[in-house]
Amino acid sequence: MVVSKEVLIEAKGLTKKFDDFIAVDHIDFQVYKGECVGFLGPNGAGKTTTVRMIYCFIPPTEGELIVAGLSVKSQCREIKKIVGVAPQEDNLDPDFTTIKNLTVYARFFDIQKDEATKRANEQLKFFQLEEKKQVPILALSTGMKRRLIFARALINQPQILLLDEPTTGLDPQARHLVWDEVRYLKKKQVTIILTTHYMDEAEVLCDRILIVDKGKIIEDGTPSDLVKKHIGEDVLELDYDEKLLPTLKEVFPDARIEKLSDRMQIFTDKPHGVFEGFLKDHPIQNVTIRKANLEDVFLKLTGRGLREE
Amino acid sequence: MSKVNLRKSPARFSIPKLSYRVWKVWHRNFDVFTTTIKVNFLPSLLEPILYLLAFGFGLGGFIPSIEGQSYIAFIAPALVAISIMNGSFFECTFASFVRMYFQKTFDAIVATPVSVEEVVAGELLWGATRATINSTIVLSVVAVFGLISTPLFLIVIPLAFFGGLMFASMAMCFTAAAPNIDFFNFPSFLFLTPMFFLCGTFFPLTSLPIAVQGVAMALPLTHVVNIVRGVVTGHLVPILGLNPLVLILISLVWIVLVTVFFFILSINLMKKRLTS
Repeated sequence: MVVSKEVLIEAKGLTKKFDDFIAVDHIDFQVYKGECVGFLGPNGAGKTTTVRMIYCFIPPTEGELIVAGLSVKSQCREIKKIVGVAPQEDNLDPDFTTIKNLTVYARFFDIQKDEATKRANEQLKFFQLEEKKQVPILALSTGMKRRLIFARALINQPQILLLDEPTTGLDPQARHLVWDEVRYLKKKQVTIILTTHYMDEAEVLCDRILIVDKGKIIEDGTPSDLVKKHIGEDVLELDYDEKLLPTLKEVFPDARIEKLSDRMQIFTDKPHGVFEGFLKDHPIQNVTIRKANLEDVFLKLTGRGLREE
Repeated sequence: MSKVNLRKSPARFSIPKLSYRVWKVWHRNFDVFTTTIKVNFLPSLLEPILYLLAFGFGLGGFIPSIEGQSYIAFIAPALVAISIMNGSFFECTFASFVRMYFQKTFDAIVATPVSVEEVVAGELLWGATRATINSTIVLSVVAVFGLISTPLFLIVIPLAFFGGLMFASMAMCFTAAAPNIDFFNFPSFLFLTPMFFLCGTFFPLTSLPIAVQGVAMALPLTHVVNIVRGVVTGHLVPILGLNPLVLILISLVWIVLVTVFFFILSINLMKKRLTS
């Protein structure tokens, strides 16, 4: 991965208030050119609001936000020319067919008709929507609509791509198609900001993760660094058994033990193999050893309580 | 503790900055219109025919004449004026609301180099265009019925655009305030329906008390009816005892001033709604 040291997006004290609710609370962050940065956070954390401020959809209440050297306060038109946006909600134009959605959108970017048709056809081919070219939007499945929204975001060949939950509601095949496209764009040095609820997606695609909660950035780092820092190496998962607890605490004095309804998890930062050794001495049924992952980090940092929007 | 006022209004009232991109928004609506043209065309063609048959021939048979005109000739220009009002008003209330609220079309467009102000202005120009299209259809029907008596009638077409822009801008103010689509029943019944009956449409304003005539002069449709009637039939009906030519001039100035005012106001109100 080639990530330059050129800062492309920079936020300083960025804040957004809706009446009395503070959606984004004085955050600072930088995104480098060619980087893919994942914004992770529970519902209502402020991810979408942050993304919306980047493409001038809503103005910040306070703070600075510079996108490719341009200020969101005064140079929105210039910013929007070089940014591609795939929003979370379906805002495709139901009055048009699949291809017309792309060509009409291209017209808003002053792309000439022939060029627009050429680009639209290329995108439809890549996203496997060619057969649906002349079909009205209402006849598309959710997965097809998400793909078309992604295709539409690329019509202006953006330098910066904002993907707000690009794979929500997609089947595994379509999800991998989207991932392939993200990887391809990364190779072409497109800077990507991605929000997602899928930790595996963030782990696979993102060079760096920002964990957001209650309008603040609570962690910033590469996926592997975050896992090492907060969780460690391995996780042992087994049925909850009170009698086993003293033994576990004795064998793994530094490990964190977490109880989840009828199961428990033991996290260790000891090198790989310690749990295997333990299980040799203590044969236990219904047990799994797995690598610690980003989801463990996320749940540790943002808690297990449900968030309703 | 010092008292800090945290309430801020980032979107200050201003004269909108617009570019050629307004026409791209207009073009999007035009493209939709051309794909659904049959559905759009038929009602605007059928409605004036029914009105002319029912009111003109049916009811008109009981009315000897109005200001020296047959009843059907009296109401024909009013039908043209009403189509200007309805065409733009419905386009910029119900139709714009659907695009804004349900289809999120505005959200999609403002992610491109087009600004919120340009989206709204494009909608207003489209509303004016719908008024022009609808009223041209009605005008053709009126012509087929042989109810046009001066070549000046062609002035109706540009007039429909500016009159349409006025109603569109007023309509957009309601759209900016609408919490849901049922809200539009209020302006329809409290604003459009009274104008439909009371603006010199189906009977001359002179038959109303002077005070009511004064109220009618404050309603936009009165001025549109006034000018359309003048250029279609050559007949001018005095209101408030004013000279008919002076009256036309007043109506023109009235339309221009009110259009400018509501055009700027509606864009500001919509911007406030869409960016906060």
